[in-house]
Amino acid sequence: MIEIRFHGRGGQGAVIASKILAYALFLDGYHTQAFPTYGAERRGAPVAAYVRVDNSFINVRSPVINPDYVIVMSGKLADTVDVSSGIKENGLILINSELDVDHYTFEERCRVVCFDVNRIALKYGLGTKIMPIINVPILGVFAKLTGLVSIDALKKATPKFVPVKAERNIEALEEAYNLA
Amino acid sequence: MVKDMVLGSEAVALGVKLARPKVISAYPITPQTHIIERLSEMVDNGELDASFIRVESELSAISAAMGASQAGVRAFTATSSHGLALMHEVLHWIVGARLPVVLVNANRAIGSPWNIWTDQTDSMSQRDLGWLQVYCETAQEALDTVLQAFYVAEKVLLPIMVMIDGFILSHTLEEVVIPTQEQADEFLPPYEPEYFLDINNPLSFGNAAKGDVFYNLRKDIQRSMEASFGVINEAHNRFDDIFGRRYDLIDTYFIDDAEIVFVIAGALTGTVRVAVDKLRNMGVKAGLLKIRYFRPFPSDLVRSYLTDKKHVVVLNRSLSFGSAGQITQEIKNALYFEKDKPFIYDYVLSLGGKEVFVEDIVKLALNIDSLETSKILWRE
Repeated sequence: MIEIRFHGRGGQGAVIASKILAYALFLDGYHTQAFPTYGAERRGAPVAAYVRVDNSFINVRSPVINPDYVIVMSGKLADTVDVSSGIKENGLILINSELDVDHYTFEERCRVVCFDVNRIALKYGLGTKIMPIINVPILGVFAKLTGLVSIDALKKATPKFVPVKAERNIEALEEAYNLA
Repeated sequence: MVKDMVLGSEAVALGVKLARPKVISAYPITPQTHIIERLSEMVDNGELDASFIRVESELSAISAAMGASQAGVRAFTATSSHGLALMHEVLHWIVGARLPVVLVNANRAIGSPWNIWTDQTDSMSQRDLGWLQVYCETAQEALDTVLQAFYVAEKVLLPIMVMIDGFILSHTLEEVVIPTQEQADEFLPPYEPEYFLDINNPLSFGNAAKGDVFYNLRKDIQRSMEASFGVINEAHNRFDDIFGRRYDLIDTYFIDDAEIVFVIAGALTGTVRVAVDKLRNMGVKAGLLKIRYFRPFPSDLVRSYLTDKKHVVVLNRSLSFGSAGQITQEIKNALYFEKDKPFIYDYVLSLGGKEVFVEDIVKLALNIDSLETSKILWRE
């Protein structure tokens, strides 16, 4: 089983991203599961969302505490939330940040990749400069880095969960995939 | 049939749609809201030919469902927690009036303190009403059980409460096989009640009844509960024939040679399954008994599986303060007359969404010899 944890703030779309990823993996032929940890839903509060992937039905329903992959929706979150907590050895942390990866140091032995997804989101008119909406393009980066999910499946899954600006999101997804 | 990924709450809405109710009345409350959101969309866009009645409280929601059912149509409502508590008085009335209303409750703790997360206190607080109660483990089971619920309720003439755990099932996206409308129609015939409010055939409903009549009407409710086992089994057989998925009053996992059996109801059953796998890999003979129907309680079936076991650990997510976990009470009740009984442990696994990990269950089994049977057991 492969386990993925998203860290975001309410309104950044981490929960939607987890659903798109799970759905895409389902289209790729896997058994998957996606669910959030909720406080009461509110903008700005830290949220986590989880995706599990396996070759058989997923029974376990507890939060992911030992992820293979961690996706951080904004670099600032990595300064305040323990995003590397429990990550498996040689796991991957993908951070949406324009900073160099040296800015982020974690105790765990894992690979860290920083990618400026905000720039791509803004280029395609997703969100605002203060709050770019990167939840779809960051999955393009994730797909390229991990090879876990196909870009075609992500393109198919996106409009199901992002009915507004679906086309622009898919373009941003492809660009992020190609540049990563 | 089509396989898709949907939320547990959406699976409920799809099951309701396939059952073709004529009236849906509901009031939003977390974590149930998605269910009625989806249903209101379906009614709005013409996918579902029903009246969607928006009301100002859960008391009105259940009253409208009761009125609709009394008028002779299939009626549905959904709620959670405080909403279910607010319905309480009318929940009683629906049983006495013998109306086959189907209600889905997204299990959530009840305050104070304020808490939106899952436990089973809300529905367990309604266990003595005369509503049938079913607890679901997966989104698939939720969809399927909603369809079965209408079939059973309308044959037994008692209402059914179908439970899905808040968040861990209601908000989880997972795979579900969605039946076709043709299959659903084959399974569930149109609702054609013998008695209903009809201006062309005036009858009195719910008129005053003195002790002798009242007593016998209550006896009838219990008789119908007892007879519902047969109807439920029939529904499960029909469902298997048409949809190819098998359900029973309970479910078991690795139980035949188990020395330690966990008993649980609801979505955390899945987490316990994984713990059983892990324990088996470690050489520990663990097993699982899932309670699907809590009312009527399948005592005979439970007895047939648990009598010869060594340890039975009941994982409650609610308790009757001053007594025991409600599921533990039933297990003890079922085994009372057996000569050789297992050790029965009354464990409060989680309340208000306290997280449960596979390791928590594994540790319980590994430390079984240190557990006591004489008191309620709590987590550290």
